[in-house]
Amino acid sequence: MLEAFILTVITASTPLLLAAIGELVVERSGVLNLGVEGMMVMGAVAGFAVTNVTGSPLLGILGGLVAGAAVSLLFGFVTLTLVANQVASGLALTLFGLGLSGLIGEAYVGTPGLRLPALDLPGLTDLPVVGRILFGQDVLVYVSFALVAAVSWFLFRTRAGLVLRAIGDNHGSAHALGYSVVGVRYLAVMFGGACAGLGGAYLSVAYTPQWVENMSAGRGWIALALVVFSSWLPGRLVIGAYLFGAVSILNLHAQALGIGIPSQFLTMLPYLATIVVLVAISGNRRATAFNTPACLGKSFVPDR
Amino acid sequence: MRVELVKRPEMSRTMMLVSPLIAVGLTVVVAAAVFAVQGFDPLQGLWLFFLEPLTSLWGLEQLITKATPLVIVALGLSVCYLSNNWNIGAEGQLTIGAIVGSIPPVLFPHFVSPLVLPLMLILAAAGGAAYASVPALLKTRFGTNEILTSLMLVYCSTLFLDWLVRGPWRSPQGYNFPITIDFNESAILNPWSIGGVYVNLSAFVALALVAILAVVMRSTLKGFEIRVLGQSPRAGAFAGFSHRRMTLFAFALSGAFAGLAGMMVVMAEIQKLQPVISPGYGFTAIIVAFLGRLNPVGILVAGLVIASSYLGGEAIQTSLQMSSKVATLIQGVLLFFVLACDTLILYRVRLVGGPSRETARA
Repeated sequence: MLEAFILTVITASTPLLLAAIGELVVERSGVLNLGVEGMMVMGAVAGFAVTNVTGSPLLGILGGLVAGAAVSLLFGFVTLTLVANQVASGLALTLFGLGLSGLIGEAYVGTPGLRLPALDLPGLTDLPVVGRILFGQDVLVYVSFALVAAVSWFLFRTRAGLVLRAIGDNHGSAHALGYSVVGVRYLAVMFGGACAGLGGAYLSVAYTPQWVENMSAGRGWIALALVVFSSWLPGRLVIGAYLFGAVSILNLHAQALGIGIPSQFLTMLPYLATIVVLVAISGNRRATAFNTPACLGKSFVPDR
Repeated sequence: MRVELVKRPEMSRTMMLVSPLIAVGLTVVVAAAVFAVQGFDPLQGLWLFFLEPLTSLWGLEQLITKATPLVIVALGLSVCYLSNNWNIGAEGQLTIGAIVGSIPPVLFPHFVSPLVLPLMLILAAAGGAAYASVPALLKTRFGTNEILTSLMLVYCSTLFLDWLVRGPWRSPQGYNFPITIDFNESAILNPWSIGGVYVNLSAFVALALVAILAVVMRSTLKGFEIRVLGQSPRAGAFAGFSHRRMTLFAFALSGAFAGLAGMMVVMAEIQKLQPVISPGYGFTAIIVAFLGRLNPVGILVAGLVIASSYLGGEAIQTSLQMSSKVATLIQGVLLFFVLACDTLILYRVRLVGGPSRETARA
């Protein structure tokens, strides 16, 4: 029972963590990309389609990654090169992704997919209690944790990470020092797109191997909220994503736990939890103000 | 080759008019490409999507019916966006408005009176405004990001409606379908025939709101206050305008408009509540607001343009068996192009050869 609960929490949390860690880097560079939902759903449809065509879930995941990065370039071009409003452009990206994925995915509705196999290490996976949880996950679960560690190291232990944070905090000064604000932001936006695409591919290749229209179902938006929740720190993102993963699968286990609340209200929980958490975090100015990238959401035009 | 932006000394008036046209033109090109990729004759696709729906009286009626809620919701949102408040949750405010406004016909079906319609509209506006006030209050009180909270409330509202129509409000005569009882005749908005075209009262409400808002934004202190606070909160503060009160006002106003729009859709078209009452009007209205460049008259035009994309989506679904998602895709593309082309108003775009500015100079 507990093992089953933990296993479902992990699968529910992984797509959130993947999408959110990418957006964290994007926001650290000073760009607010609200199009996570659109990039995620594109990753989901591409992941499913590539898996279906090639028969390889691993290639499918790669396809999701590429699709997410590719559509993020649209956002990058409009907001970074043409300095359009980031909020509205992110919404456009979400609409675009929902529409295009629906169109591409139409042929795949009702088609059974292939599931990414979970790790099976002889000996380790068969260990009682911790075996399946620690050594029996699919590869993306480990990738998500590796990504968090890598991003944390990159942002706070490397020179390039320092530059990225400097650009997010003061693009004017970073530009004056000779750093390419737009170039770094393009890379960050593409990284965010690739991560969101991975998260989406996780949904259609590992979580439920099928394609359903709008299958990201608001997870992209929750990932955005998680970045605020984490106050832009990768470590806290893990806590947030797993908290939300647990809340969102309560629905699955409610009957077993004997909770007699209508399913609609249980489905509401992650969204309500997001609001509660946002309020709690923003009320605590000390936690947020220090880490919030000062140039978040502001356009940058190099003066000549 | 690089794109370089050169700031114009002042906003280009020509580009303000031309840029939306360029955006629409580019969108048509992309739409043609989408049809071609899907294996259809692009010209036939464009005709079916953009023009064919407008060739019949029935099509025009549908166009007005679909444009009405879009225009009303977008008008409210434009006030929000102009004042720099990001209400993304109009879909939820629309849903809650329709639920609250439906209390009289659902819970008091024997209350038949000419007062029912106005009462429902007032309740709907109040319900939408109250729901919109939640993210506004959280923003002013705790500094919470209103984009995320207003959006999260959309999911909650549609789930709440789903629960209502499947649970306590389900009609006993509904053969177990998730619907409420049919509204009684005093809770239904009947269309008027004008020269053979059936038009709802709601279309005239939309027109009236366009006119009122155009006057308010152009020539009243309130309109000035909205724009000043949106462009420069500091300047607004010096003028004695309150940023907090403006946030509450803008959210409540846009919520009330969304609630009204939702109620009018329900009382005119569906005439009962069901799990889905809006094909995403609250989200699409965001595009309408931007396409209409946050200007009431522009929004009216944009509402008609976007409404035709809904009809176009339905048309190609029936005649080409293509996914109606084409409409969402084209709406997204259009919004991208509108935002991109807006750059032309403030900047001159120059294409520069060579890898960097330094080499181009040398």
